[in-house]
Amino acid sequence: MGVKQWIGQWPVYRQLTGTDPLGRGSAAQSARSAGLEPRTRGADRVVDSVCPYCAVGCAQRVYVKDEQVVQIEGNPDSPISRGRLCPKGSASKQLVTGKQRVRTVRYRAPYGTQWQDLDLDTAVDMVVDRVLDARRKGWQDADEAGNPLRRTMGIASLGGATLDNEENYLIKKLFTALGALQVENQARI
Amino acid sequence: MGSNMAEAHPVGFQWVMEAKARGAKVIHIDPRFTRTSALADQHVTLRAGTDIAFLGGVINYVLTHDLHFREYVQSYTNATFLLSERYRDTEDLDGLFSGYDPLTASYDSSSWAYESVAAPERPGRRDKEQAASSRHGAGGPTVEGHAGEIAADLAMEHPRSVLQVLKRHFCRYTPEAVERICGVPRDLFLDVCRAWTANSGREHTTALVYSVGWTQHSVGAQYIRAGSIVQLLLGNIGRPGGGIYALRGHASIQGSTDIPTLFNLLPGYLPMPDTSHESLAAYLESISGRNQKGFWGNADAYTVSLLKEYFGEAATAENDYCFDHLPRINGDHGTYRTAMDMVDGKVFGYFLLGQNPAVGSAHGRLQRLGMANLDWLVVRDLTMIESATFWQDAPEIETGEIVPERCRTEVFFFPAASHVEKSGTFTQTQRMLQWRDQAVAPAGDQRSELWFFHQLALRLKARLAASTDPRDRPVQDLAWDYAADGDEPSSADVLRHINGIDLNTGRTVSGYTDLRADGSTSCGCWIYSGVYADEVNQARRRTPRSECGPYDAEWGWTWPMNRRVLYNRASADPQGRPWSARKALVWWDEERGEWTGDDIPDFERTKPPDYRPPEGASGPEALRGDDPFIMMSDGKAWLFAPAGLADGPLPTHYEPHESPMRNVLYGQQASPVRKVYGRPDNPSNPAPPEAHSDVFPYVFTAARLTEHHTAGGMSRQLPYLSELQPELFVEVAPELAAERGLRHLDWAHVITSRTAVDARVVVTDRMAPLLLDGRVVHQVWMPYHWGSVGLTTGDVVNDLLGVVVDPNVFIQESKVLTCDVRPGRRPRGPDLLAYVADYRHRAGITPRTGTRVVTAGDTDRPEHTEPCEWPEDPS
Ligand code: SF4
Repeated sequence: MGVKQWIGQWPVYRQLTGTDPLGRGSAAQSARSAGLEPRTRGADRVVDSVCPYCAVGCAQRVYVKDEQVVQIEGNPDSPISRGRLCPKGSASKQLVTGKQRVRTVRYRAPYGTQWQDLDLDTAVDMVVDRVLDARRKGWQDADEAGNPLRRTMGIASLGGATLDNEENYLIKKLFTALGALQVENQARI
Repeated sequence: MGSNMAEAHPVGFQWVMEAKARGAKVIHIDPRFTRTSALADQHVTLRAGTDIAFLGGVINYVLTHDLHFREYVQSYTNATFLLSERYRDTEDLDGLFSGYDPLTASYDSSSWAYESVAAPERPGRRDKEQAASSRHGAGGPTVEGHAGEIAADLAMEHPRSVLQVLKRHFCRYTPEAVERICGVPRDLFLDVCRAWTANSGREHTTALVYSVGWTQHSVGAQYIRAGSIVQLLLGNIGRPGGGIYALRGHASIQGSTDIPTLFNLLPGYLPMPDTSHESLAAYLESISGRNQKGFWGNADAYTVSLLKEYFGEAATAENDYCFDHLPRINGDHGTYRTAMDMVDGKVFGYFLLGQNPAVGSAHGRLQRLGMANLDWLVVRDLTMIESATFWQDAPEIETGEIVPERCRTEVFFFPAASHVEKSGTFTQTQRMLQWRDQAVAPAGDQRSELWFFHQLALRLKARLAASTDPRDRPVQDLAWDYAADGDEPSSADVLRHINGIDLNTGRTVSGYTDLRADGSTSCGCWIYSGVYADEVNQARRRTPRSECGPYDAEWGWTWPMNRRVLYNRASADPQGRPWSARKALVWWDEERGEWTGDDIPDFERTKPPDYRPPEGASGPEALRGDDPFIMMSDGKAWLFAPAGLADGPLPTHYEPHESPMRNVLYGQQASPVRKVYGRPDNPSNPAPPEAHSDVFPYVFTAARLTEHHTAGGMSRQLPYLSELQPELFVEVAPELAAERGLRHLDWAHVITSRTAVDARVVVTDRMAPLLLDGRVVHQVWMPYHWGSVGLTTGDVVNDLLGVVVDPNVFIQESKVLTCDVRPGRRPRGPDLLAYVADYRHRAGITPRTGTRVVTAGDTDRPEHTEPCEWPEDPS
């Protein structure tokens, strides 16, 4: 290692002699930080998305490597957000990849004190049984005056403002055909 | 107003800052000094729950100083129309409008009609019970005969002209009255009036922004009406830089009302049928009326196309397109009614789809006790939320009201796919649909709602396939043949069906004007028609902002028909010329014979400004060339609502359900048609003229923080966000801290007749004491995101709330109530119940408290309680 190279490792020297007089860029770089690269660089693909929190609708870019989400950033093309995300939108990688995510079906039996495991397919079948049972128990053919009601008051549903339009569409469609009308969500109108 | 935009919609707020940098003046009118106030030019503190008094003051100022935009008001609003002689105003009836029935606490609105229009008398009870107003949706209610000439006085001087009625209604909303009610010094109030009016007119426009600080009130819909009246009088609707912006709270909360998961609506704001709709024809008549103007005139095409999408081949002209397959509503089936019915054992199964009512809904305790009394509960969410774990860790476990070994509810938790693990559209707050591509597959048992409801539908159809029971026919007939994408339906294909399909060619229609009432088109949501025009997913467009025009028409897709500014025909004068060169948006191009401009015209493209409908026309054809409000039955914006609202044709200052103040304007204290649920498990704090309101002397309000999201399921679990806002707190003024002995960062608890919750004290002059009618009133504020699960936990603030709702849309009054605050932590376990019961006793509270909703004059004051048993009054 020559003297010049040796002195050049000293950040103050680089700051005084180089192109970074404020010492906030190349002057402050160590060998380690010089070797770092953004998580976004090695991504296999970048997917267009939208922040899932509030209704501003900031555009996101989702960086995927080896079928894992490695980073989520704002999309500067968006006329709504111009690439910015607030703390929630910026935390959405944790939302998606964090260990708080539940991965398997959980089941609590009546009067139970613990969660249990349950196979997904079995769980859906059990829900189907219960929907039919509750629908029957709450069924109303007509009101006192004989006007048709053709509905069940045994089943209710709540939620939708965090879901996709396509999902809300199918939810309302299926419940309506079942005669279940106590379908509501976070919104009033 | 009613919005802390910098905090709750931070990235959207950059545009307010951009406008400020270009010279716009930003005024923030809100009970608290917040992050938004800090960045505004001016902050005005007012008492929570008094915005209508403030806005009424602005309306009075505009009218007494003749500052309205005369030509705009005359041509585009109903200011000139004459009202019926039967109409009586709140000025005549001590705070009530004509048509009030104390027994049902509802209005017969027939006397609010225009002079030349016969409105049928109809008791208001049915409409109130169904939140009928919200079912008028984007279109406004039907009023028969609006297509013809309506009696009018163009000079707007006739005493029964809408403008004069407006003047009289608001004449007592003086700067002095505003000061007494809102606590806003009159000079400050007049500053706002001057700024607002000076910045409106031909050359200038003012924008008005609100959020749930406006809506979550027992008079929530009337808040918006009041803001609309100001903006219409000043000519700020349908014009660039003007408008009223509703900032919504969830990624697709707009979408979930457009394509509703709501009890009283079908997609596109078509009403859910009720028991009075014997046939499709009767239903359609109730929407499009007879002989009225506007695009609701084509409701038959929208409805038949929806039924064709729902029931496919089975829907034919002969069977009324399966109209009778639809269940009928006949009352209040809203979420709070349902929670009470759960407590009463009338509901057996409950689905929670990305919502956490144990924390996020008003009266969390009622919600949890309801869920603890079900046969089964299905929770679908990303993480464990309080609504899934209530049987383990609800506050009621500690008090002994829920015992796991005795709680019968069977709970299924299905892990949901996240926003990057499925594709589909969100509709954001400007009605813009933005498509998300799927980035990765969900792991383990995680699935989308699309998968889940597809599985339910297939399995239910299989189970009922052989049934001969007529009640199963709708399921058998249900069209469910979306293109597959693995083991779930393709979301793009679902969106295609929402857009609508020409059943003869199998191709997507290009917009709602293509829809037909003869069964030849299907369409899942008529207002979204066009989102898949030309077989292209328009919501997926991502043309960078640098390459789009000023209205970014190629980024996403906005309903209706990608129009970015609603009613933008009003940006041009009646002759079709921009009101001023600075404020041009769309205009009539005489040479090309069409409307053109920077935005897509919200008007029939080739209808000239001087078009006059032929005799007998109705629907769109009856709209004149200068009727910009194309969804309204008379083509005009309504300063006065001759029909359609359950709580009056004009906004009126009523005190909140719980208030420390007597109404200083009228004998009528609070909204006379608010919906109360008088039950032992839903007590109210007393408000004048009832006694003992001093037991809960402070005004309470709750709101959001940037770093958390609603009920916390998506934020309290994340390390970054939990570190940024680690603990629940309550903000109080230094004067209140002195009065109650509260110390900064020590514990305190807040008490209502429902419960008490703990929080850390933040003593700050952001919460300014108000001088009201000669007395000092304190306001107290808390963020509401906490619960028992997550990296940061805390008491549930919504447990402080009771349930009282507005009669138009059943929005709960969660932005204002009364409370007490005490130093130190609240009692725990059963002691908490005794502590709160003692407060109720001292305040003389029974289930009847707050249920005598009429207080005007000396009429009967019936109670509105539920028919159920309760212990004898403590008094
Ligand atoms: S990044 Fe923030 S402001 Fe933007 S949509 Fe998400 S939550 Fe809303």
